[in-house]
Amino acid sequence: MPDKTTKSLLSGREYIGVDKIDGPLVFVSKTHPVGYRELVECVDKQGHVRLGIVLESSTNAVVVQVFEGTSGLTLPGTRVRFSGEPLTIAVSKEMLGRVFNGLGHPIDGGPPQRSDIELDVNGMAINPTARQYPRDFIQTGISVIDGMNTLIRGQKLPIFSGNGLPHNELAAQIARQAKIRGTNTQFAVVFAAMGVKHDVARFFTQSFEESGVLENVALFLSLADDPSIERLITPRTALTLAEHLAFNEDMHVLVIMTDMTNYCESLREISTIRGEIPSRKGYPGYLYSDLAELYERSGMIKGYKGSITSLPILTMPNDDISHPVPDLSGYITEGQIVFEREMDGRGIYPPVAGLPSLSRLMKDGIGEGMTREDHPHLASQLFAAYSYVKDVRNLASVIGEEELTPLDHTYLDFGREFEQRYVSQRKDEDRSIEETLDLGWEVLSILPVDELHRITEEEIEKFYGK
Amino acid sequence: MNDRIIGQVKRVNGPVIEVMGITDAEMFELVRVGEENLIGELIKLETDAAVVQVYEDTTGIAPFDPVYGAGMQLSAELGPGMVGTIYDGIQRPLEAIREMSEIYIKRGITVPSLDREKKWHFVPSVKEGDQVSGGMFLGTVRETENLLHKILVPPGDKGVLESVTGEGDYTVEDVIAVLKTDDLKEKNLYLMHRWPIRVQRPTRSRLALDIPLITGQRVIDTLFPVAKGGTVAIPGGFGTGKTMTQQAVAKWCDADIIVYIGCGERGNEITDVLTEFPKLIDPRTGRSLMERTILIANTSNMPVSAREAGIYAGITMAEYFRDQGYDVAVMADSTSRWAEALRELSGRMEEMPAEEGFPAYLPTKIAEFYERAGSMETLNGDNGSVTIIGAVSPPGGDFSEPVTQHTKRFIRCFWALDRHLANARHYPAISWLESYSEYLSDVVSWWESADGGASPEWLCDRTEIMELLHKEVRLQQVVKLVGPDALPDTQRFILEVCTLFKNAFLQQNAYDKIDAFSIVQKQVKMLHIIVTYYKRGAEAIKSGATLVKLRKMKVYQDIIRMKFSIPNDDLAGLDKIEARLERSMDQLEALHA
Ligand SMILES: Nc1ncnc2c1ncn2[C@@H]1O[C@H](COP(=O)(O)OP(=O)(O)OP(=O)(O)O)[C@@H](O)[C@H]1O
Ligand SMILES: [Mg+2]
Repeated sequence: MPDKTTKSLLSGREYIGVDKIDGPLVFVSKTHPVGYRELVECVDKQGHVRLGIVLESSTNAVVVQVFEGTSGLTLPGTRVRFSGEPLTIAVSKEMLGRVFNGLGHPIDGGPPQRSDIELDVNGMAINPTARQYPRDFIQTGISVIDGMNTLIRGQKLPIFSGNGLPHNELAAQIARQAKIRGTNTQFAVVFAAMGVKHDVARFFTQSFEESGVLENVALFLSLADDPSIERLITPRTALTLAEHLAFNEDMHVLVIMTDMTNYCESLREISTIRGEIPSRKGYPGYLYSDLAELYERSGMIKGYKGSITSLPILTMPNDDISHPVPDLSGYITEGQIVFEREMDGRGIYPPVAGLPSLSRLMKDGIGEGMTREDHPHLASQLFAAYSYVKDVRNLASVIGEEELTPLDHTYLDFGREFEQRYVSQRKDEDRSIEETLDLGWEVLSILPVDELHRITEEEIEKFYGK
Repeated sequence: MNDRIIGQVKRVNGPVIEVMGITDAEMFELVRVGEENLIGELIKLETDAAVVQVYEDTTGIAPFDPVYGAGMQLSAELGPGMVGTIYDGIQRPLEAIREMSEIYIKRGITVPSLDREKKWHFVPSVKEGDQVSGGMFLGTVRETENLLHKILVPPGDKGVLESVTGEGDYTVEDVIAVLKTDDLKEKNLYLMHRWPIRVQRPTRSRLALDIPLITGQRVIDTLFPVAKGGTVAIPGGFGTGKTMTQQAVAKWCDADIIVYIGCGERGNEITDVLTEFPKLIDPRTGRSLMERTILIANTSNMPVSAREAGIYAGITMAEYFRDQGYDVAVMADSTSRWAEALRELSGRMEEMPAEEGFPAYLPTKIAEFYERAGSMETLNGDNGSVTIIGAVSPPGGDFSEPVTQHTKRFIRCFWALDRHLANARHYPAISWLESYSEYLSDVVSWWESADGGASPEWLCDRTEIMELLHKEVRLQQVVKLVGPDALPDTQRFILEVCTLFKNAFLQQNAYDKIDAFSIVQKQVKMLHIIVTYYKRGAEAIKSGATLVKLRKMKVYQDIIRMKFSIPNDDLAGLDKIEARLERSMDQLEALHA
C-alpha cells in the first residue's frame, strides 16, 4: 500500500509508450498507482509537453484526457509523467491586462506568469452557510435588464442567444457600463472564450481597449482552431483566477464565458469516446452537475468584500430553448436573458424577449432604498401587460386586427411603444435607473388606469400619466 | 473506529470506486476510503469487484488505497438538536464544517450530526421496572419554546427498564436508561439513537388521510388540496416556480416540523432560506420559522452521490418526528436531481440502462420514497404524519419524461406548473387544467365542518369555479376562430369572471406581506365573493344588464384588490365587500326589473 511519500517518489517516474490513443484520450497500462484527476504530462517525439488529467484509474490501466489534443502522438514514442497532484494554476492580480490560453499560459508574448499562489483549477464547493445572499443592484444602463431583469452583484445570469444575434455586443456593453450606484468600484473582467472565432476575441479586446479598461481584464482564449478538449479546462482556469481576485484580493469580478454550447459539445465528445450511456441528444447524464460546478462558483461570501458575477453566453442550437444546453443552464443559473430572433429582425437592440427572460435575484435588489419604491410593481405590471400584448397579437394574426376590441388596440399600441422605446436602445446608450423607470411609466400610461391591477393606488397617483 | 481494513481500491471512476480483496464487510456498510478518510457506502458486495459510492470528491484516490469499514450502515443520528440545523446530504452539520474549513467544504471532515457537548433538560416519563418497546416515550426534552421533543425507545428494542435517570441535564451521549432486553442483554439508552437511512421506520398502522395540510396558498388549498400524510409532485420547467412554491408551503403550512431537502439545486436558494426563515414568524406559534425547520443542503456543485443519500437522510428525520406524534412536511427540491444521481452512479457501475439512461429500478426507488409518507398510528399509539412534496424538473419542461411519468404513478396530488403562466408572471403558475388532487373528496368534510373551514358551500363554490375555468377553454377556442364579438354576453361574462378569478384569487404574490399567505377563512370568503359576483352578474345579464355595467361597478376594483388590501386579521373587510357587492347587484337588478 503506497503512502504519501512513496506516491510522490513514484510520481517522478516516466513511462515510455502508451497502449492506445482514442481522440483526446490516451490509455497507459502497468503504471504505479495513479490518483484520480491527477495532472499528467505527455511528451511527444519532438519533446513538446502536453498537459492532461486522469479520467479513470485502475489496477490495469489509466485513462488520460489530453487538453492540447493528441494529434501527432504515437504509441511507442509518447512519454507520460504523472505529477501526483491535481491541475493547478499560479494566480495573481498581475494577470489582469494579459492574455492566456485555456490552461493559463500567456500567449501575449509577455513574460511567464509567476506567483506563489497555486490553486486547483477544479475549485471546491462553497459551503452554503458561507454564502452571502446577493442583493446589490448593478446598473447596466440597459432598460430591459435594469427595469425588468435586474442584474445583482454575485448573480449568475446567462444570455441565451442564437447564431448571429448580438450577444457579444450586449455582453461588452454590460461589461463597459456596469456599475454599483453610489460607489466607484470598478469591475475586473475575467473573460473565457471557448471555441469561438478569432474575430469574437478581437471584438471583445477592442471593445475593452476603446473604453480604456483593458488593464482590468484577463482573457483566457481557447479559440475555434485550438484543440476542442482545451475548452473543458478554460472556464475552470478563468474561474480559479476570478475566485482569487474576488476572495483573496477583495475585487468585484465579472466573468464572461462564451460560448457554453461549445464547452458542452467538447464534454459530449469525451463522453462518447468513453462509451458512456448518453441522456438527451447524446450529452452525458452528468452535464447538469458539470455545468453546476462552473456556474455555482459565482456569488458572494460572508465576511469577504469581493464578488463574482457571471454572464455566461450560450447559443441555442436551432434557437431551441429546450435543447439540453440552455435547458440545463436555466435549471442552474439565477435567471436568463433570452434573445428573440424575430425582434432582432425588426431591428430592436437588444432583442431581449420579454416573457422568457427572468432575473431571480431581482426581488431583493430593487425597490425602496435600492432602486425606487415603484420598481417592483412597475416591472410586474409591464410583464403582465406585455404578456397580454402577445396574446392579442396571436389573436390578431388569426382573426385580423379589425376584429379586435378597442381595448385590445390600445394594448397593441402599448406593445409597440414598449418594444421601440423601452426595450430598444443604442449600443452605447447608458440609461440611469430613474430614466428607465420613468420611461416604463411613460409607456404604461398608454393603458387605461383600471387595467393596472398590479399597481397600488398611491403609485398610480404619483407616477401614472406624469 | 477506522482500523478495520476491508479491502483495497481497484478502480476509480468519479464517485464510484471498485474495491478488491474484500474480507468481511456488510452490505450498505459505511466505509472510509484512502488516507483522507473519504466517506462512502458499500453498495455492491463481491469479493473482487465490490462497489463503494463515495460521498466526497475522489480526486487523488489511487488503486491500492485502503478501504476501511465502520461496522455500521449509513445512519442518521436522531435526537435533540436537529431542529434549526442545516445538514449536508450525509447529515453533517454545515455550520460546524464551516468552522473547520471556512468558505469551501474540504474533504474528509468528520463531525457528529448532533452536538456532543450541549446539555438538554430531560424529564423522564418512565420508571425502573417499566416494560417498554420500540417507539415508546422515555420522556421529553423541550427543544425549542414550541417543540417538545419526545425521547423514544429505538424501534426494534423491547424489554424491562433496569434503571432510569432522574430529571436533569444530559448530553446526547449520557446514558439515560438501561434496558434489559428480552434475551437478557443490557442495553444503554440515550437521548439519541441511530437509524439506517434507507430503512423505513416502523409504525402500527396507516390511517385515513382526511385532514388537509393548509398551505395558505389559495390555488392549492382551494383547488388542489393535499391531505396531511399525502404525496404531491410539483413538476415544471426551469423558472416556473417549484422552489418558490415549496418555500411558500414550508413557510406557511400548518405542519409541526418542516424538513426542507435542497437536493442538487442552487447554493443561493439555501442561503435565502437561511437568512429569511429565522426572521419570519410562524403565524400559529408566534415563534421564528427556523424553530420548526430542518434543512438539508446538497447543492448542485456538491458531490452527486450525497444527493442520492440526502433524500433518505431527510425522510428518516421526518419519520422520527412523526413517531413523536407530529405532523411533518417534507419538501424535496428536486427529486429529478436525485434520480439523475441514481442514473450517474448506475452508469458508472456499467449497469444496463432502461429509459433515457435511467436504471431499471428507478420506479421502485421512487415508489419506496413516496411510500414513506402517510398518516400513521405510531408505535406509541399517537397519530403522526409525513407529507411529501417533491419537485420534479423535467428536461425541456416535457412531462412525458421518465421521472415525471413514474412519479405520477406514486403520488396522489399533482401541481403542474405551466410555462405560459410563468412567462406571463401569473404566479403561482399552477395550471388549473392539468393539476389534480385525489384528496379532494376526502377533505371536503373538513372544509365544511365547523372546526375546519366552516364553509357549508365550499364544495359548491369550488365546483362552480372549476366548471367556469373549463368552459373558458372552449370559449377561448371560439374566440380564436371568430373573435370575441361573436360570443353572447352571457358567455363573454364567463370569460370576464375567469380573468377576474385568475387575477384576484389564483395569482398570489409570494413577496407581498399581505398576499403571501391567506388563512382558511380568507380563502373561503374570497372564493364566495367571486362566485357570487358570477351568479348574480349572470342573472343581471339575463335581465338585460350590460357587461360594461358589471365591469364598471366600483366594487369590481375592490374585489380585484382584496387579496392584498385585506389582511388575514381583518376579515370583516371581506364581509363589507360582499355586502357592497350584493347591494350593487340589487341596484343593477332594480334598474332592469
Ligand atoms: N408565487 C410567486 N410569487 C412571486 N414570484 C414568483 C412566484 N413563484 C415564482 N416566482 C418567480 O419565478 C422565479 C422562479 O421561480 P423558482 O425559483 O421557484 O423556479 P423553479 O421552478 O424552482 O426553477 P428551477 O427548476 O430552475 O429551480 C422566482 O425567482 C420568482 O421571480
Ligand atoms: Mg428551483
